[in-house]
Amino acid sequence: MTPDWDTSRAEGIIAKYLQLEGPMLPILHALQEEFGYINDDAIRLVAQTLNVSRAEVYGVVSFYHDFRQAPHGRHVLKICRAEACQSMGSEANAQKFLETLNLEWGGTTPDGRLTVESVYCLGLCACGPSAMLDGDLHARVDLQGLEALAGEAV
Amino acid sequence: MRIFVPRDSVSVALGSDKLAAAIAAQAAERGVDVSIIRNGSRGLFWLEPLVEIETAQGRVGFGPMTLADVPGLFADNLAGHPKAVGLVEEIPFLAKQQRLTFARCGITDPLSLADYQAHDGFKGLEKARALEPAAICAAVKDSGLRGRGGAGFPTGIKWETVRTAKAEQKYIVCNADEGDSGTFADRLIIEADPFCLIEGMAIAGLAVGATRGYVYLRSEYPLAIQILREAIVIATEAGLLPNFALEVREGAGAYVCGEETALLDSLEGKRGMVRAKPPIPALQGLFGQPTVINNVLSLAAVPYILDAGAAAYAACGMGRSRGTMPVQLAGNIKHGGLFEIAFGITLGELINDIGGGTASGRPVRAVQAGGPLGAYFAPSQFDTPYDYEAFAARDGLIGHGGLVVFDDTVDMAHMARFAMEFCAHESCGKCTPCRIGSTRGMETLDKIMAGEKVAENTEILRDLCETMKFGSLCALGGFTPYPVVSALNLFPEDFGATPLPAAAE
Ligand SMILES: Cc1cc2nc3c(=O)[nH]c(=O)nc-3n(C[C@H](O)[C@H](O)[C@H](O)COP(=O)(O)O)c2cc1C
Ligand code: FES
Repeated sequence: MTPDWDTSRAEGIIAKYLQLEGPMLPILHALQEEFGYINDDAIRLVAQTLNVSRAEVYGVVSFYHDFRQAPHGRHVLKICRAEACQSMGSEANAQKFLETLNLEWGGTTPDGRLTVESVYCLGLCACGPSAMLDGDLHARVDLQGLEALAGEAV
Repeated sequence: MRIFVPRDSVSVALGSDKLAAAIAAQAAERGVDVSIIRNGSRGLFWLEPLVEIETAQGRVGFGPMTLADVPGLFADNLAGHPKAVGLVEEIPFLAKQQRLTFARCGITDPLSLADYQAHDGFKGLEKARALEPAAICAAVKDSGLRGRGGAGFPTGIKWETVRTAKAEQKYIVCNADEGDSGTFADRLIIEADPFCLIEGMAIAGLAVGATRGYVYLRSEYPLAIQILREAIVIATEAGLLPNFALEVREGAGAYVCGEETALLDSLEGKRGMVRAKPPIPALQGLFGQPTVINNVLSLAAVPYILDAGAAAYAACGMGRSRGTMPVQLAGNIKHGGLFEIAFGITLGELINDIGGGTASGRPVRAVQAGGPLGAYFAPSQFDTPYDYEAFAARDGLIGHGGLVVFDDTVDMAHMARFAMEFCAHESCGKCTPCRIGSTRGMETLDKIMAGEKVAENTEILRDLCETMKFGSLCALGGFTPYPVVSALNLFPEDFGATPLPAAAE
């Protein structure tokens, strides 16, 4: 579980990156890593510290697919939807998989256990279809493979 | 006994960590003294996890390995192991390659400086240190090396521009955003031979007078990030990078940040918006300073060029495409992996002879060359030589060297729609043809696929593609039409039109 927002801890995290040139993305990555998502408090604090407007920070957070403004499930399964995985039948598998969980792309199971997201290429394109569960890569993942990964995510 | 178990993303994604642990446990149980080396992958991905055992004759391979195959590695008759593939270097897929950039890939432990140095590592940098900056740029120019990120711009000319620019601070930026589906060469060299990229960047620094370098690495590659960060610490602590500060920066899942000016904005901490050119990054790049921005493969080609000489590199290739290209065989292909070869080999040789056709065993129907912005090719065009100009003459591009194979079950109208959808999803939004055009393109394709006024809508789609091609700020909007129009031209039957006559197929 990711911890609740804590301003002083956030300040400590931000301080570690301030000596970098262009620290915005490293800071946002680090805050998301710690707190699970980028909330309004985080946006305000980053804006203050870097001396830019909140709109500027919000613009950055909303631009990049990686940054989330709401928490996701305890586990995140990213399924590759790019061309090479498509050529190995990824889309049909993923559709069936989402149907069995009764989820849309980006959705989270009602028990908060699993979020399923799309990703466009994991660099495993000769061994597709590919997926990533909580940062761990998996190749040659067919429908049963997806179901097995979902089963691991308890 | 020395046993090699690869640690690149593909091998790990196929269970190589568990395999390494099982081999260690099995050895302990049997009281056999083994040292397990976590090498990088050779890039023969259909064989991964490919475990190698050192023998008097050379390294023999076993793959694709499963946990059940582990005890057999300790049997007397290794050749009888069900997964034995013989001497790895004699596997035709590897034996037929010309590995200049990927020479060490899979052979060495990626984080062993001793291994790197024992295999010609840092010789290029050493030679560069003895040269004037202008001479380093000249060597790169003479090698004929062209940017491997997609645009194919001569690397030596770019360096020369940065070298002659006057500034307090110059930068070397490595583009490791590798967003194209079907490409993994950047990832592989970073995970299998990270010192090679570090050496290339250090040489670039000497050539142009830059003391800082950044590698912009996509967040989808967690292992590559980890390995490269470790390698930089090792090289720096060994004193190999005097006066060159190198740092890895993680991307945040935006395809357009592979475009060089969007990448620079992203590094500066902004939204990844494409900048209008001029000014070119070579003169006003990162934080407005003169900047070399090159793809991983361009930079990783440089140590060989400096060590073996520009002429040795330029001796390979055809026409204006000099040297070798790490071609990436991906998608529905039997022998997928990295195939580094001199330019000039034909598309058909790559797909059929080297790649072995489809993984599904069905006929090849289409090949997308050069990523999501690259054209589709049909088997009737398999005589096209792998060469920048020959591909361009067929309205295609080599791009970053990816080839994605599809069998005859593919619906090309669906793939054309995906190209538009991807562009809409990833557009930075700065220019209208890309931002709006891609959405309109998607809608028009939906109508065509629903059989609605097919001829008129196809005309509208072609017209829209022209607008995107000529009106977009960067190649995201500008090249998305290539997969769309090539699919329309080659596979009209998938768009509700009459198929091409058999002779033209
Ligand atoms: C939408 C888009 C995405 C791109 N993605 C990449 C990429 O992931 N990696 C890369 O090296 N170049 C990419 N490029 C090309 C870069 O803009 C640029 O040409 C390249 O980094 C220059 O390096 P090179 O001369 O060594 O190829 C992309 C271009 C566009 C328009
Ligand atoms: S396309 Fe799925 S891993 Fe590259």
